[in-house]
Amino acid sequence: MDDLKRIERKKQATLARRHIYTESKAPETFITSLSEEAREAFFASERRRIAANLRKRRVKTGVFTGIGVAIAIFISALALVPIFFTFLNSFMSSEEIVANYKVVFQSMSGHATQGATYMSRTPVLKLIPEEVTINQYTTLLFMNPEYLLKYWNSILLTLPIVAGQMVVACLASYSFARYRRKRREVLFFSYIILMLMPFQVTLVPNYMISEKLGILDTVWAIILPGIFSTFAIFLLTKYMRQIPSGYIEAATLDGASEWQIFTNIALPLCKNAIFALTILLFIDYWNMVEQPLVLLTDVNKQPLSVFLSQINEPELGIAFAASSVYMIPPLLIFFWGEDYLVEGISRSGIK
Amino acid sequence: MDNRTNKDNQLTEKGEVTGMRPGSEVAQAEKTAKKPVPEAAGKALMEKPAVRVLSEEEHEEAIINRPKPKNVTPLASQKLTPKDIPVFEDTPERRAKLEFRKKRHFKRKLRDWGIFTGYLTPSFVGVLVFFFLPLIMLLMTSFQKSPTNTDFVGFRNYQRVLTNDAFISASQNTLTFALISVPLAVILALLIALLLNSGLPGKSLFRSFLLNPMMVPVASVVLIWQVFFSYNGVINGFTAQLFEGAEKIDWLKSQYAQVVIMLLFLWKNLGYNMVLFLAALNSIPHEILESAAIDGAGPVKRFFRIKLHYLSPTIFFVGIMSLINSFKIFREVYLLTGDYPFDNLYMLQHFMNNSFTHLDYSKLSAGAIVMCIVMIIIVGGLFFAESKFDKDVEE
Repeated sequence: MDDLKRIERKKQATLARRHIYTESKAPETFITSLSEEAREAFFASERRRIAANLRKRRVKTGVFTGIGVAIAIFISALALVPIFFTFLNSFMSSEEIVANYKVVFQSMSGHATQGATYMSRTPVLKLIPEEVTINQYTTLLFMNPEYLLKYWNSILLTLPIVAGQMVVACLASYSFARYRRKRREVLFFSYIILMLMPFQVTLVPNYMISEKLGILDTVWAIILPGIFSTFAIFLLTKYMRQIPSGYIEAATLDGASEWQIFTNIALPLCKNAIFALTILLFIDYWNMVEQPLVLLTDVNKQPLSVFLSQINEPELGIAFAASSVYMIPPLLIFFWGEDYLVEGISRSGIK
Repeated sequence: MDNRTNKDNQLTEKGEVTGMRPGSEVAQAEKTAKKPVPEAAGKALMEKPAVRVLSEEEHEEAIINRPKPKNVTPLASQKLTPKDIPVFEDTPERRAKLEFRKKRHFKRKLRDWGIFTGYLTPSFVGVLVFFFLPLIMLLMTSFQKSPTNTDFVGFRNYQRVLTNDAFISASQNTLTFALISVPLAVILALLIALLLNSGLPGKSLFRSFLLNPMMVPVASVVLIWQVFFSYNGVINGFTAQLFEGAEKIDWLKSQYAQVVIMLLFLWKNLGYNMVLFLAALNSIPHEILESAAIDGAGPVKRFFRIKLHYLSPTIFFVGIMSLINSFKIFREVYLLTGDYPFDNLYMLQHFMNNSFTHLDYSKLSAGAIVMCIVMIIIVGGLFFAESKFDKDVEE
């Protein structure tokens, strides 16, 4: 029986392929069995039912979207509160800050006054200052030359590293993207491994080599390894490999030299990635703590990131302003290049 | 698919070629061989029964069930020898031409290599000087008694490190932190990405809000964390108000210290991971999701059966990035608590930093090598797992 059916179906298919169709009667269904009026009534009721269903679904999705938005707002609030908190508190007067938070820092380590630990007072969490002053900022910027020095140190360390690493990475990743042979791939893999190595591993060799080269305790001990770090190469190579080979072939046929292809095709196409990486590197090195701590024993050469936690306690009155000023450059860069950053990050994750 | 990996296109046996040029020996042989019909074959032809006339059904049946043509290419089954490939005459001109071509090819290859090596050189030299060479030096010093006394001491340094209580507890803490916080960072980021991708209004606004913490330097938020989590901090204040008689906890000096640090880690890293996941979610082909929805697959089923498979490379990438970042958590801990934090916050970097003050090179280098090996094992395992998983997906 099954075989017969199969053969029948095959036959039908063959006939259909030859454009021979057999006419068949429309089968009797529920709808054809109804009279004209009954059919109309049936359709109307169906329409009502579907509309009701749609309405229900719309309400349901509305509720779900509402809940989703609520959750999203909650999460974003959690993400933003510390930042706003710092900014708003930086406009309080120093006395107000000390009055509010003194109790917090009295209980921290390093304080011999154990009595403070047993105080029953809780700190006053205030978002809006009683009176808005820029007192903290003026004290910080005009009375604290040390702070400005450390700020300058941070800039002096970060900018050369970011610029240098980007230049080196652009060149190297172009090479990795265009010239794919076995040994090159092995080298690239070793670069990846190097990128994945945490500071705990790379700091010791860094220390040893800078001692050998005699650059220990100078900024070069941080800048040079920073420039040759392989993080940017990894991401940029991933990005450059997505350039369609047709573009490059077309340029070669038009007589472009390798350097022209590099500057006129590869770099412009990777603009987003380059901007994104610059931002990522900037924030990473603006943040660095480990390397200066180990490689720079001279306190005057250390950047702000190390110094900031030491300023907090004794000079609580200006700590919030110090934090705010420190996070303004990365935030400005973020607002300027957010689209690039998102685009660059997004494309780096897709294979 | 790459032709080069296709076995059918390669020589089946040595000296055999499955293609053939017209006019070669074999082709000629084939032509001549066709003319004389062997006698036996002729007889067989003669003995064939008379042609049977098929009925209409049988005819259709025959059409439907007709055998598929097998060898479309003529002479495809013919075995050829290398002799059949035409050889150009060996004249001096031809030789010179070949020589010239070979040279030109080699020159081009060399030029290509030169150019791209030139591009790589600055990076390669730097990496060699600042990473590879020191790593080799590190390996050497890890087997020496001390930098000044270069006696070979075998694995004694490693023994010293591995039996060191501080090192053991530090690596335990670091590993615990990574094992808990990395999966959390991946899963939470994925959940948030799914939430934002489910057609919420103002998606890009939320995205930039969540990306904000990434840009804030650690040193700036440390202050806030101290305000919130210290003994007289805000959190304790809240709990005291909410629950009468709730005990005050000095969060950073309790068993919850790692939780506090984890919050900081998640706060900082979720945005980055989420953007990666959002991009991956957007790159899933729409048609597949739609057809699954029409076939009656609910959102949960669609997620586990379809989205998760497309997301697997991104999950791997995010996992690796989070792992790297989780090893950087020393920053936060150091800025929050200083050189000697509470026991369960004593990270590997603390061990290193505190050893730097003693400048005990051999111990340091042995420790670094141990960590390097552990990292390679972890990452290798991840890569292996990913390649296995990827194969499953492609099937």
